[in-house]
Amino acid sequence: MGQRIDVKDLNIYYGDFLAVENVNIEIEPNKVTAFIGPSGCGKSTVLRTLDRMHEIIPGAHVKGEVLLEGRNLYAKDVDPVEVRRDVGMVFQRPNPFPTMSIRENVLAGVKLNNRKINKSDADDLVEWALRGANLWNEVKDRLDNPGVGLSGGQQQRLCIARAVAVHPQVLLMDEPCSALDPISTLAVEDLINELKKEYTIVIVTHNMQQAARIADYTAFFNLKAVGQPGHLTYFADTTTMFNNPQNEEAERYISGRFG
Amino acid sequence: MSTVEQSPMDKAPVIDFDKFKPSRSHTAARKRKDFAMGLLIGLAFIVALIPLISLLWTTISNGMKRLNLNFLSYNMSGVIGGKPTPSGGYGGILHAIIGTLEITLGAMVISVPIGLMCAVYLVEYSNRSGLAKSVSLLVDVMSGIPSIVAGLFAFSMFTIIAGPGTINGFEGSVALSLLMIPTVVKSSEEMLKVVPNDLREASYALGVTKQRTITKIVLRTALPGIVSGVILAIARVIGETAPLLMTAGYIATTNMNLFSGQMTTLPVYAYQQYSTLSVTCPASAGPSCVTSIPMERAWAAALMLILIVLLLNLIGRIVAKVFAVKTER
Amino acid sequence: MSSASNSATTAAGGKTADKVFKGVAYACGILILVTLAAVALFLLFRAWPLIGGDQAQNVAAIESFTGNKAHNFWQFVGPLMFGTVLVAASALIVSFFISVGIALFISHYAPKRLATALSYVIDLLAAIPSVIYGLWGGIVLVPAVYPFWNWVATYFGWIPIFAGPAANPPRTVATVALVLAVMILPIITSLSRDIFLQTPRLQEEAALALGATRWEMIKLAVLPFGRSGMVSASMLGLGRALGETMAVLMILSPGLTYSAHLLQASKNQTIAANIASQYPEANALGVSILIGTGLVLFLITFLVNFIARKIVEKASV
Repeated sequence: MGQRIDVKDLNIYYGDFLAVENVNIEIEPNKVTAFIGPSGCGKSTVLRTLDRMHEIIPGAHVKGEVLLEGRNLYAKDVDPVEVRRDVGMVFQRPNPFPTMSIRENVLAGVKLNNRKINKSDADDLVEWALRGANLWNEVKDRLDNPGVGLSGGQQQRLCIARAVAVHPQVLLMDEPCSALDPISTLAVEDLINELKKEYTIVIVTHNMQQAARIADYTAFFNLKAVGQPGHLTYFADTTTMFNNPQNEEAERYISGRFG
Repeated sequence: MSTVEQSPMDKAPVIDFDKFKPSRSHTAARKRKDFAMGLLIGLAFIVALIPLISLLWTTISNGMKRLNLNFLSYNMSGVIGGKPTPSGGYGGILHAIIGTLEITLGAMVISVPIGLMCAVYLVEYSNRSGLAKSVSLLVDVMSGIPSIVAGLFAFSMFTIIAGPGTINGFEGSVALSLLMIPTVVKSSEEMLKVVPNDLREASYALGVTKQRTITKIVLRTALPGIVSGVILAIARVIGETAPLLMTAGYIATTNMNLFSGQMTTLPVYAYQQYSTLSVTCPASAGPSCVTSIPMERAWAAALMLILIVLLLNLIGRIVAKVFAVKTER
Repeated sequence: MSSASNSATTAAGGKTADKVFKGVAYACGILILVTLAAVALFLLFRAWPLIGGDQAQNVAAIESFTGNKAHNFWQFVGPLMFGTVLVAASALIVSFFISVGIALFISHYAPKRLATALSYVIDLLAAIPSVIYGLWGGIVLVPAVYPFWNWVATYFGWIPIFAGPAANPPRTVATVALVLAVMILPIITSLSRDIFLQTPRLQEEAALALGATRWEMIKLAVLPFGRSGMVSASMLGLGRALGETMAVLMILSPGLTYSAHLLQASKNQTIAANIASQYPEANALGVSILIGTGLVLFLITFLVNFIARKIVEKASV
């Protein structure tokens, strides 16, 4: 089951540069929350702080709290490696490990956690994860083929299978459809709808229609000017956000995009 | 929005995720391994530093003892055993420095035009043809030729062309140029490739011929990089010993003529002094006779050589950095 | 070249200059092919007495070289080839792990400023002439390393290659391998570092996002990506070690056996060092024989380098 995330007074830095300022947001469990906003507003940056991937860039750090089911991910005794196991992530472009087969890609995360897995358990898990990613029927006969041999959309779903195989509580998606064609995009969107039964999902998207289609809640990020920190401008349930936004900037952004 | 058809998960096997949960001890073991590998990787660097520091330190501390003006301004003629010469020194490396400079200059004169034009061919004329690919591959292979084989080649060539037993400085230049050409080709090729295509097209559009475009625009733009590459190539061959041992020989006096007679170079000098190990001092020679003088001369020559090589490297890097063509990244 | 000077004045002259320049460029490209062929041909020509000459004289010359131990060319060059490969391979084994370690340290562990400084240090190692490595190895390292080899022979002597007693002074393959390892370290390090730095960021992030530690990320993303680069870098390092003359000549106490006892002296010799040490006293036929061994060395290094470049070519396509 998904877990809730509470972000409290979060400031995100690259070195001395304050990239995103004072974020407060409550992300509901088993719902899809979308982050939208203009380029450079920091929505991907905020997403990456939720599984501590932000800090792999030298000098990058945060101030504030991210609570996963009440536990502060940035507390001193928390190991980022364990955070990333509990919070899965899917990236902008599909990135299966090129030297691994489809099966090995799905099992990559699990094998890190646990060396001794017997074959039938592993087989079950591969089937479960690939079914979960809606890919099983397409690849079940060629599990030992390299993962990079699949089409772009299939690769992205393979990456989702790889992420869910570790059985995280939260799934973060950073523009997962931006490199996909419309049909693959539709497949992934259907999948997201399916996945929210099991996981809390946070998705960054450039595509306003996509946010409207799949999200339960939408957060609008903006920045005053280039070089200024980004911030969370408006957060509402998706229906309000797109039909009756109570925020002028968000309304301008949304209506601008819709023409 | 609601899914009417049945969910794909209905057929999925039921998974007991506790089976895949990491055990506490395994997590700890992973952390330990991560730490240990980090430590080993850091250690690898320190291991590499030890020989470098030791080498530089011994060369400097041993070399300082004899590296003085007298050592730089005399050759080895009239040096007997460990006795001091009338000038107050113990012989020197003047002839070796002159030999090194002349032979390296000779190598440069041969390899820079050939290497540069070869790079021009590869970048400007080849059109990715089969010939260009094989030239490019063979340049790479050539850069792997052992230096002693280069020496044997020059020696064989001169024996066949100029008669058996020919030994002179130019023969050394030929051997060194074989080692230098691939380095010059590679670095020039890189530099020519960096020159933006817009410049070439702009020049062609003005009706300038290809030859003039290349000499006036492309080579002019790439010049600092090429010069820096040549300097680094010189630094690489100036320390070569083995090929010069058999092509240029070893004498005690200064020979200014590159094309006739043996010529001593700095690395060969250092090696010969090292092989001599020590000299004997007759009982009558007194305290000014130094038995370990060959080794001291070897270290001093080595220090001089390191200084030259490092200076060349420094100049090469500065040239590359200061005069670098500003291109958009 | 006289046409080049007045070429600027007329279009026809410009065309001539164009042709001449193009011709020179082509000629220089082809000259590379010719040069390599010439190297092989001249060596073959000078080594010819060995193949086509009076065999009785050859046998006599080889016997005088080896103190009656070898009676034909292959008996002579066999142990030399073995020694060459043994020395170079030992150096590569020592150097490989350290080099890859340093490359990873520079690419994935050290902060940027330190990494730049380290790269300079590695370049410095590459710049030092081999004669100075020989000097340092022969005078500083040989006495300093004896206690270590003695310790290895005492506790690991049961492994055949470390069989004791360790020679003192240790003018042995083991010591030479250490010096050569330092000499080829910059080659392997800088090439591996370049390839590690090219690891796609997405791959690294994929590994980290699955909950991999830094080392696991390297194992999952960096090493598989850099595998072919590491192999070819090692081959290039091997090529350099195979041909190295001075450091071997100045440190190793030579011998002509097929022994792989790394800690014992007077067991092996390399082709390159053998040429340099026997060349001054050799007569005309002796030189032919040495050039014959040089030809063998040329072929070995040619092969190693060729394979290395082929691997790079394949990987970059």
